[in-house]
Amino acid sequence: MPLPYLDEFRQEAHVRVLMEQLDEHAARLSKPVRIMEVCGTHTMAISRHGIRQALPKNLRLISGPGCPVCVTANTDIDAFIEMALMPEVIVATFGDMLRVPGTRMGLAEARSQGARVQVVYSTLDALRIARDNPDSTVVFFGIGFETTAPTVAAAILEASETGLDNFMVMSAHKVVPPALAALCGTPELAVDAFLCPGHVTAIIGPGAYEPVARDFGIPCVIAGFEPADILQSLSMLCDQVAEGRAEVELQYTRGVRPDGNPAARSMIEKIFEPGDAEWRGLGIIPGSGLAIREEFAAHDAARHFEVDVSYSREPKGCLCGAILTGQKIPRDCPLFGKSCSPDHPVGPCMVSSEGTCAAYYQYEI
Amino acid sequence: MCLAIPARIIDIDKQMATVDVGGVTRQASVVLLPEAGLGDYVLMHAGFAISLVDEKEALETIRLFQQLLDGMPGDDSGSAL
Amino acid sequence: MTQELVAQLFGKALSNPILDRMDDAASLDIEGRIAFTVDSHVVSPIFFPGGDIGRLSMTGTINDLAMVGARPLYITAGFIIEEGFLLEELVRIVASMRDAADEAGVQVVAGDTKVVERGAADGVFITTSGVGSIPDGVRISGSNARPGDIIIVSGTIGDHGATILSKREGMDFEVELQSDCAPLGRLVEEMLAASSGIHVLRDPTRGGVAATLNEIAVSSGVDVEIEEEKIPYRGEVRAACELLGLDPLVLANEGKLVAFVAENDAAIVLETMRASRYGADAAVIGRVAEVESSRPRVYARTLLGSRRILSMPTGEQLPRIC
Ligand code: SF4
Repeated sequence: MPLPYLDEFRQEAHVRVLMEQLDEHAARLSKPVRIMEVCGTHTMAISRHGIRQALPKNLRLISGPGCPVCVTANTDIDAFIEMALMPEVIVATFGDMLRVPGTRMGLAEARSQGARVQVVYSTLDALRIARDNPDSTVVFFGIGFETTAPTVAAAILEASETGLDNFMVMSAHKVVPPALAALCGTPELAVDAFLCPGHVTAIIGPGAYEPVARDFGIPCVIAGFEPADILQSLSMLCDQVAEGRAEVELQYTRGVRPDGNPAARSMIEKIFEPGDAEWRGLGIIPGSGLAIREEFAAHDAARHFEVDVSYSREPKGCLCGAILTGQKIPRDCPLFGKSCSPDHPVGPCMVSSEGTCAAYYQYEI
Repeated sequence: MCLAIPARIIDIDKQMATVDVGGVTRQASVVLLPEAGLGDYVLMHAGFAISLVDEKEALETIRLFQQLLDGMPGDDSGSAL
Repeated sequence: MTQELVAQLFGKALSNPILDRMDDAASLDIEGRIAFTVDSHVVSPIFFPGGDIGRLSMTGTINDLAMVGARPLYITAGFIIEEGFLLEELVRIVASMRDAADEAGVQVVAGDTKVVERGAADGVFITTSGVGSIPDGVRISGSNARPGDIIIVSGTIGDHGATILSKREGMDFEVELQSDCAPLGRLVEEMLAASSGIHVLRDPTRGGVAATLNEIAVSSGVDVEIEEEKIPYRGEVRAACELLGLDPLVLANEGKLVAFVAENDAAIVLETMRASRYGADAAVIGRVAEVESSRPRVYARTLLGSRRILSMPTGEQLPRIC
């Protein structure tokens, strides 16, 4: 059975001709170019289709901080795990989160110690678990960026409107533009262009990247997630670099409207207010988080549960911060391949199977 | 950051829709996309429709790929599909 | 539910001359080399489209025997049943064990049941062990792959894993999908009759084809290269994987095998497989090569023509949002 609007962008003939186009466009570059794919889903697609290995020699793709799991700080993970270990609590989470190590343990370990951990596909499923278990409190781990935040906001709103008092959210949501700005402000940032996340942009609109292009002079192309999309976007970025332009261009025209999705944005605004957030590897970035508004405090797990996570530490020696900004490579890390491996990830870059360190590990060990 | 794939709305009742992805169906919320209607393709992320798939734009992109393919010098392989 | 009741139920449903003797142990006449294996089965949900834990516990062990080239003969089954588990569900489970046994031509020759307190088990757990006889001259092992071997899968990949995932709590997908759960003894017998060039057989259960290929590459000290476009999938499995962000190559299968066959025999083995009801969708997916770098690896050729490394899956497969 075909998958419309997906298969067409994976057709071998299209992909091959776009690859040839990219070769031509890259040939016009006067020096090697480093492009950061900001988004973890791009990283996954790039790896799955072997794009990195097929690139022209003078193009390098660097994985950025756009994996919601990888950038979640230990303090947040530890707090969520503390909640999971409470007998009256069922925690619900997207599957991505299960393998991430906290300071003392990860969620998978907490589950083997008796914590009730439910993996869900959607906050709709988490709401249902709350309805089916009126005697327990269901805490959902709100991770993800502007794409995911409105789905969590909608669940909070529904819980509030229907009086589902045993549904709560621990918000570790993050927003992209402040993080990109912080990244651009890093003096050592070694990136010539950004491949921007199509689905975040479907919510926030392309205008959000204007400051990156205007103030920092870094070209941006908002890309879809199929191989044809990615290859076409890379060609567009090569052109901008070759011609000395720094603009925000949209490749993913079928998925992104000029004004993004206003309904989703107002859902975020209704439930959340901006706050500071700690990013693994990048530290605290002002205004890059989403906190649940006072009005919905009844559904805010952070307000409801007192957890002590003073023991929280970021993994010692991990170089993910420098790797996420393109300054270091995994081999520079003393833990790489020793105490840090895909089976026992220490840092976020090793957690996701496509994180920079995990990818290096597969090829080099 | 966010996995979202094109799904077709095959039934809709206020804020809840049934969507189909290649024979897999599931309930999805359209509360974030009030303009979504029966038969529309939407991008679904974690059980929510987050954006309409602009079918005209999609076809335009595909047409561009095709043009590139047709204009490719020395192409004797033709379309693989 | 009493122990005796359960014993009676099993005795009747699985009845055969050896079991009916009710001795403390079954005495069996088996010729030649023996294959002997054991596997414990816990699955949630217990009933799923295309099978249940009963069928799964039989096919799992039958297939383990078949994967060393043995003809599966006898099975023993141990049950751990949680108090309060419904008798009619048990009846259904045992009936499907019987059906699977008949389908595969094996007999259940001994059994044991224990009923445990509520909470000490989750519904029912089944452990089956099995013996089979290995025909003379058959030497099949995961360490026998050789450079040049052709790799064949017996049908569509990921059906079982996708079915179970879609029925898990918290997922709520509607899919017209069935587990592929099937006994492969007869298929293997036909393949062995057609060719003496079969080097490796493996059923890609947990960790899917990705795990199986990695295991074989390491045991045999070879590289494996597969071509992604040649792998047979059901459309619904592909769709479910797109939705959940999973790679079908890591999904479990319960009625499929991967065969490594000498190049000259690949065509006849493929033809034989396709003629069987258990291998109708069989396809060549790749080949074996000499180790190219520091260690054995599995490569997948993508539609860009480049290669990616297909690594050993770690941990359980979970839906992703990223
Ligand atoms: S190898 Fe591990 S510890 Fe080192 S930077 Fe990568 S993730 Fe961090």
